[in-house]
Amino acid sequence: MARSGSIEGVLLGPIYLLGRRFVEFVAEFGRFGMMMGRVVSEVGDIFRRRDLFFRECVRLGTDSLPLVLVVGVFAGAVSGWQLSYQMEGYLPRDLLGPGVFKSIVLEMGPVLTGLVIAGRVAASIAAEIGTMRVTEQIDALESMAISSTRYLAVPRIAAMTIMMPILVVQANFIALMGAWFVTTMFLSFTTAQFWGLVPNFFHVYDIISGLLKSCFFGMSSAMIGCYVGFDASGGAEGVGTATIKAFVWSSIALLVLDYILAMILF
Amino acid sequence: MIESRNLKKSFGEKQVLQGVDLTIPTAESLVIIGQSGCGKSVFLKHLVGLLDPDEGEVYVDGDRISNAVRADVYRIRMKFGVLFQSAALFDSMTVMDNVSLGLIEHTDMSRSEITKRVAACLEMVSLPGTEKLKPSELSGGMRKRVGLARAIAMKPKYILYDEPTTGLDPITADSINDLIISLNEELDVTTIVVTHDMVSAFKIADRIVMLHEGKVVFTGTPAETKSTKLGIVRRFIEGESEDQSVVTHY
Repeated sequence: MARSGSIEGVLLGPIYLLGRRFVEFVAEFGRFGMMMGRVVSEVGDIFRRRDLFFRECVRLGTDSLPLVLVVGVFAGAVSGWQLSYQMEGYLPRDLLGPGVFKSIVLEMGPVLTGLVIAGRVAASIAAEIGTMRVTEQIDALESMAISSTRYLAVPRIAAMTIMMPILVVQANFIALMGAWFVTTMFLSFTTAQFWGLVPNFFHVYDIISGLLKSCFFGMSSAMIGCYVGFDASGGAEGVGTATIKAFVWSSIALLVLDYILAMILF
Repeated sequence: MIESRNLKKSFGEKQVLQGVDLTIPTAESLVIIGQSGCGKSVFLKHLVGLLDPDEGEVYVDGDRISNAVRADVYRIRMKFGVLFQSAALFDSMTVMDNVSLGLIEHTDMSRSEITKRVAACLEMVSLPGTEKLKPSELSGGMRKRVGLARAIAMKPKYILYDEPTTGLDPITADSINDLIISLNEELDVTTIVVTHDMVSAFKIADRIVMLHEGKVVFTGTPAETKSTKLGIVRRFIEGESEDQSVVTHY
């Protein structure tokens, strides 16, 4: 390797650094892929240990509901208010309801709920598993011939894949209620104006595609949280780093996935 | 019998194990001593397949555990019970759940049978009636005992102890030593203890092995260890720093 003080070092240093980062990224991606392979091979175990699966459904899913609903109601209210402002003078008022409905069901509901979950769930999974890693609890589990992937990752990933669409349905509903409430209370819309044309623009595919996206969002957040947690090292600082990494990665993964799924689904 | 052959392991630039050859016969009580960072715990993790060596192999009853496929590793691990340095109890679980986990996962025992087995294991480690407590409610010594109850719940053939007395007061440490000896006799297991506590080592061991810079530098009975002239062992037993210049004057 080039010495850092020499001209060669100055010129080649960034290239070495870039190369090393690239190799680290590929290696990390490989480790992530290997963990996912183990998750897939052990996913059948959720039928045997249903208790673990249901516990995670409650802990990661149901317990996230208050936060998801708060985000949903304000997101709906803002979208109703802003769409009204944008349409004013250009489009008939009756189109506000369908516009809000489409934007919430197709994009805002799944993505905002996904981002909230990325913050809450991916980070909490990473912190929990990361703490288990640095305190040798995962080694203890493995030494008892219990697969840590099967015991810790599979129930969490399965629970989030199932619970995310359920959370999104509720977020969508409360967001629409929020939009309806602000437009009728403060922007002099009538209920008939808001809901009147919604059935005409209602497509089951819109709902299904939004829910399908949310399945992937839930799965990716939980996967990243688990992977980052298993990969944690170095005590409390390592757990803190893992928590931040889980939030950042899962948020980025969600937005990238959203784009890829939009191209596939629409 | 456990056999390690020319075991080598590095972490980055640091070579932790540099060719460890060791045979541990069935029913022996082996104590591995050595300075902090000499590779004792790393060696122990290789025995149970928690780490794979860069070179060399570990055989347990003739089956290779190092670099084996996961199914084989898990099958061989069923023969082991491990007590970790920090006890590594599962924080979110009660003592009952901690001790019964292996039984739930690996046996078809009924709930009442499991409850009885857990009670028996806790009785063995002198902690009866603590099933409902959480790890956060236990003292350091109690945590080690629960960790030991968890390690013996599956009736292992080999029990590995990683620094079982570290962080405990001398009286509690001695009670853990007594417990290790009594379990060794009652359960007829092979015991492998990693420690730098010489009081503990002399009390527990049939044989003492010293690791230094990733290699076995001494093997002998406790009596042989006490009488050895080998400088590195003598300094370790007597707690003398190699570098005598490191003395602070006030």
